[in-house]
Amino acid sequence: MLSWLPAKPDLSELIGAISKNPEASFEAIAALAGYRQDFLQTNRIDRVLRKRFSAPPAAWTSQPVRLAILGSSTLEQLPPGIRVAGLRRQLWVETFTGDYGLYRQDLEDEASALHGFEPNAILFVFDAASFFGAGDVLLSRQEARAQVEQAVVKITDLWEKAGRLCKGPVIQQTFLLDPLPIIGHNDYRLAGSLPSLVRAANEMLREISGEHGVDLLAIDELSARYGLEAWHDPALWHHAKQLISPVATPAYGDHVVRLLGARLGRSAKCLVLDLDNTLWGGIIGDDGLAGIQLGQGSGQGEAFVAFQRYIHSLSRRGIILAVCSKNDEANALAPFEKHPDMVLKREDIACFVANWQDKASNIRHIAKTLNIGLDSLVFADDNPFERELVRRELPMVSVPELPADPSGYGRCLCDAGYFEAATVTSDDLQRTRQYQDNQAREALLHSSSDVSGYLRSLQMKLIWAPFNDIGRQRVVQLVNKTNQFNLTTCRFGEADYDNYRAEKGSLTLQLRLQDSLGDNGIIAVIVARPEDDRPDVLRIHTWLMSCRVLGRQVEEATLNLLSEQALRQGAYRLIGDYRPTEKNAMVSSHYERLGFSRLGGETEARTEWLLDLKSYAPRETFIEIIEEGP
Amino acid sequence: MTKAEILEKLSEIFHEVFDDDGIVLTPETSADHISEWDSFNHIHIIVAVEARFGVKFQVAEVTALKNVGDLVTLISARLAA
Repeated sequence: MLSWLPAKPDLSELIGAISKNPEASFEAIAALAGYRQDFLQTNRIDRVLRKRFSAPPAAWTSQPVRLAILGSSTLEQLPPGIRVAGLRRQLWVETFTGDYGLYRQDLEDEASALHGFEPNAILFVFDAASFFGAGDVLLSRQEARAQVEQAVVKITDLWEKAGRLCKGPVIQQTFLLDPLPIIGHNDYRLAGSLPSLVRAANEMLREISGEHGVDLLAIDELSARYGLEAWHDPALWHHAKQLISPVATPAYGDHVVRLLGARLGRSAKCLVLDLDNTLWGGIIGDDGLAGIQLGQGSGQGEAFVAFQRYIHSLSRRGIILAVCSKNDEANALAPFEKHPDMVLKREDIACFVANWQDKASNIRHIAKTLNIGLDSLVFADDNPFERELVRRELPMVSVPELPADPSGYGRCLCDAGYFEAATVTSDDLQRTRQYQDNQAREALLHSSSDVSGYLRSLQMKLIWAPFNDIGRQRVVQLVNKTNQFNLTTCRFGEADYDNYRAEKGSLTLQLRLQDSLGDNGIIAVIVARPEDDRPDVLRIHTWLMSCRVLGRQVEEATLNLLSEQALRQGAYRLIGDYRPTEKNAMVSSHYERLGFSRLGGETEARTEWLLDLKSYAPRETFIEIIEEGP
Repeated sequence: MTKAEILEKLSEIFHEVFDDDGIVLTPETSADHISEWDSFNHIHIIVAVEARFGVKFQVAEVTALKNVGDLVTLISARLAA
């Protein structure tokens, strides 16, 4: 149920290692909370935390929460999930669980352990039977109504007592819809059936909780989302009076803590969005306005529209939107300004950053421009590389693990609950506009991100092969669709592919990038051909690369490989040309950056560059170059 | 899955429940041998076994368990079914 958190296959081993390491830092333990986990893992993280630390680090500015959990059933299984969720959302939570069924006495008795605990937050967890027994199918509508009102009066009385005991949030869990229907689909016609009583009570709690300043934990909605069995196991109910199954406690805790966080000002305020394959399908710089998938006509296109609609609603209720995209700004803006199916418009975006810098630096810039803390940001990006980079560089930024299919993006963001709010104020509704008005569009500052540390940790491998049968289709596809990182934009087909492959003195390379996050597939293509039949001079006919791997030293590693292979076949010079198009401005200084010197004889249609391989010193990179096995 | 493999996977669950990698399970191990093995942790063990082995037990079966060997036999029977 924690599907928005990244999975870590060796999490149990990692927790075990940290448990055995008495020097483990608070941050190391807190980081464990950020992974998808089951209740055993959650419980163990909680154990390690409490063994080592009795207070939050000084940097956590929120006041510690002292949460009392009071209810009519066994509650001991709940605290670890709540405390670990606190780690995830930077809230230090101490918990108290009352003996089950004694909540009323505990609240009234000033000498009780509950009063001694001095809670500043209270959570009420009730089961239906303790208020309604088995229900009574013979009750009239009026009698049933009276029973519901009676139950709700009892509950509001508890809220008042709780309010006197604690100044902070009071949370009421709604009744779980576990009672069995008596007549079926139309059970509501039988007012005294237990499901009918429970539904009516939940409805009434929804009506009145706001005026009492109490927030609901909508377990009935959650069980509709994940299935009743995900939260409640009847065997455990009968066996151990556990209303909430231990299996559900990590997710349960997260929901409790997001409610606490909403009251304590810890909810996120701003959603930072990637563009290509996040807001639309495809790459705007390569595919163009007409080529991206957005809107009617394809399932993908409609899924992106639905995601944008959800985001638009978030924006209208006060979540600030920002864009952080690796793109030329003009390309990135084009859909916002010209695509008829874009739901989000330029004016919905309070801070729009499209450039080729690393995203951690850009996100810092966004936070600074909007003048909000990094911990108020949520970053949505389809690309696992970018997500990992941001998690690593900026652990305080929330980064949901979006699913592969865009039709699941909205649900993922919603499930994560980063933007939980108890109320929506008129200020919220004005906020986006305020940010747009105040926005200062200053130039991007260079930052001090430890990108090289990240690149090193990725253990990148550039795996190369000359053109071969297997690569034909993919290479030709790349050659014909890559527009941005493409020095010459020479298109060619499968027949040409085979010609270059067979041509005497030609050097062909297809490059695949693997890293610790997975295989990126073929990401770059090189064709170099002998100049005027001189075997010692190679002209780079094609050099292209997928923008997904930009900023990872692939260009440098590719040149190292190219020069090595050229020398091996007796070539001492490389000539490269850059032929400008509307879309490839980003590589205009590619050869210069790699140490080529400018040749004369340029025209508007091209600049020419020369590299003398005898004096070329290979560039240092964090990429290992490997020849693909046969 | 052989009984030895079940016992190994079960050991991992015990290590996690009790946060103690030193626990060595044998078929004879019972609640008398592990001081923290109370009724609360017992439920955690059973629920974790159900989740990680993908099986479901009846309340009566769980109540009848005397030691780890019984649990291994029960898991083995479920996996075979």
